[in-house]
Amino acid sequence: MNTAAMDALYQEIILDHYKHPHGAGLREPFEAEVHHVNPTCGDEVTLRVHLDGETVSDVSYDAQGCSISQASTSVLNDLIIGKSVTEGMTVLDSFTELMQGKGKVEPDEDVLEDGIAFAGVAQFPARIKCALLGWMAWKDAVSQALVTTNTSTTDSATTGDPA
Amino acid sequence: MTVVEGTAYDVARIRGDFPILGRRLPGDLPLVYLDSANTSQKPLQVIEAIDDHYRLHNANVARAMHHLGAEASAAFELGRDKVAAFINAPGRDEVVYTKNASEALNLVARVLGDAGRVGDGDEIVITEMEHHSNIVPWQQLAQRSGASLRWFGVTDEGRLDLDDIDQLITERTKVVSLTWVSNMLGTINPVETVIAKAHSVGALVVIDASQAVPQFPVDVAALGADFVAFTGHKVVGPTGIGVLWGRYDLLAELPPFLGGGEMIETVTMQGSTYAPPPARFEAGTPPIAQSVGLGAAVDYLSAIGMENVAAHEQAITAYALGAMQEIDGLTIVGPKEAVMRGGAVSFTLDGVHPHDVSQLLDSRGIAVRAGHHCAKPAHLRFGVQATTRASFYLYTTEQEIDALVEALHFTKKYFA
Repeated sequence: MNTAAMDALYQEIILDHYKHPHGAGLREPFEAEVHHVNPTCGDEVTLRVHLDGETVSDVSYDAQGCSISQASTSVLNDLIIGKSVTEGMTVLDSFTELMQGKGKVEPDEDVLEDGIAFAGVAQFPARIKCALLGWMAWKDAVSQALVTTNTSTTDSATTGDPA
Repeated sequence: MTVVEGTAYDVARIRGDFPILGRRLPGDLPLVYLDSANTSQKPLQVIEAIDDHYRLHNANVARAMHHLGAEASAAFELGRDKVAAFINAPGRDEVVYTKNASEALNLVARVLGDAGRVGDGDEIVITEMEHHSNIVPWQQLAQRSGASLRWFGVTDEGRLDLDDIDQLITERTKVVSLTWVSNMLGTINPVETVIAKAHSVGALVVIDASQAVPQFPVDVAALGADFVAFTGHKVVGPTGIGVLWGRYDLLAELPPFLGGGEMIETVTMQGSTYAPPPARFEAGTPPIAQSVGLGAAVDYLSAIGMENVAAHEQAITAYALGAMQEIDGLTIVGPKEAVMRGGAVSFTLDGVHPHDVSQLLDSRGIAVRAGHHCAKPAHLRFGVQATTRASFYLYTTEQEIDALVEALHFTKKYFA
């Protein structure tokens, strides 16, 4: 029995976020909406970003998938809202580095907070994509939102890319 | 030792032929391999045939005029003879090698389009329970040709809905392509009914037999379809080889698929003429060692007897369906009784996502598949995004099903 390995993967924090996801649901206003799919397993997320100047004032989402993808999107919601786009990108880089670090990267709790619970996922190559699904969607949405806000003279942003 | 009642079927002896079934996983766990619908494991007889080929007989086929070339060519073509006999093909030249079943289905869709047999205003009929490999090539053909794609639905029980067969298959229908056994639902379809109806309107019938050929005796001559596709790696053979069986007169009329070496009659700077089937459809160096391996695989299955394999599959599936349905919160997606049903059982477990089910089972040495199983429309039909699938084969034991059931209880508790 490999319960220790399972417990390393399914940290309590992850199971808590899975059962009670933070900030779930799609909200308005938003400048960009993206839909990302993990083609190998079918996990899906629709994610919206609302920017207030440089600040990410909301990340709302509707996600279908496993505990890892759900919990990681919930943690993203906690970590990113209220940060500047630049700070958010730093968190994204740190989370991505942790996921791709084959278990050799020491997570920085100051940056990743609950996100450090995902350190164990890096040991399960098949699950890394699950953990990154929401984050890749956020990266995509925020890039599109920046384009929208930079090219739009008004603040009436309700069209996203439903892709 | 497990012996299926009424037969001399000896699972323990069969398992002894499969080295991988004896291996241990991290934590010294015995492997419980319940993912045979994905790919089957390989017996020593197959492994050794491939090993022997590479050690002693390796050369390219047809074009090498030396001793090894003759041996390799003979071994390669012997594999084709064995496959032809295994599916009771009227002729060995009706067996076209591809790299897998997907390529076989793509080949048919492509050349039927190129031959102008499907055009603007025509209809192609498939079903909602197809694997993506029997959906996408037809969508592509419809796009290229201007034909439209129509679908058989699936009943709540997971059976093919034949109620509107007379509206679906009409004089506009040029091709009907369907799976014999669903890789997700496990359903065995009444393909004879569909073939008869399709032929009555002059349509061609393509059967995806990827899950059928591994599980029960298949006789393409008796079946009466026009094309039958399957893959080597699901019939205890190697990866990298698929089979397209086609009626010879039909194959002989169709244009080539890929261009290259060995598919030509002659090539000039002005143009080329093409070899007869099957070479016409086999451009380039073919899967030589794979043909040797596939020949050994069908020999292995024939020695056991496909009717015995089918009986074991039936018995183990009935056992699994019974045991799994006693788990609270577990819902089987597909027929719930082992009647007209293959050995793939897809299910959901309340409150636990299939990936998480599969991960927990893996932590106990149990290999299953989780996800959409390349059958997204079928999942959508049952309102689920993903399922967990346990699939059984000639080497699966009741003890392995018991281990699955016990691990599913553990999974429920873990996520409770």
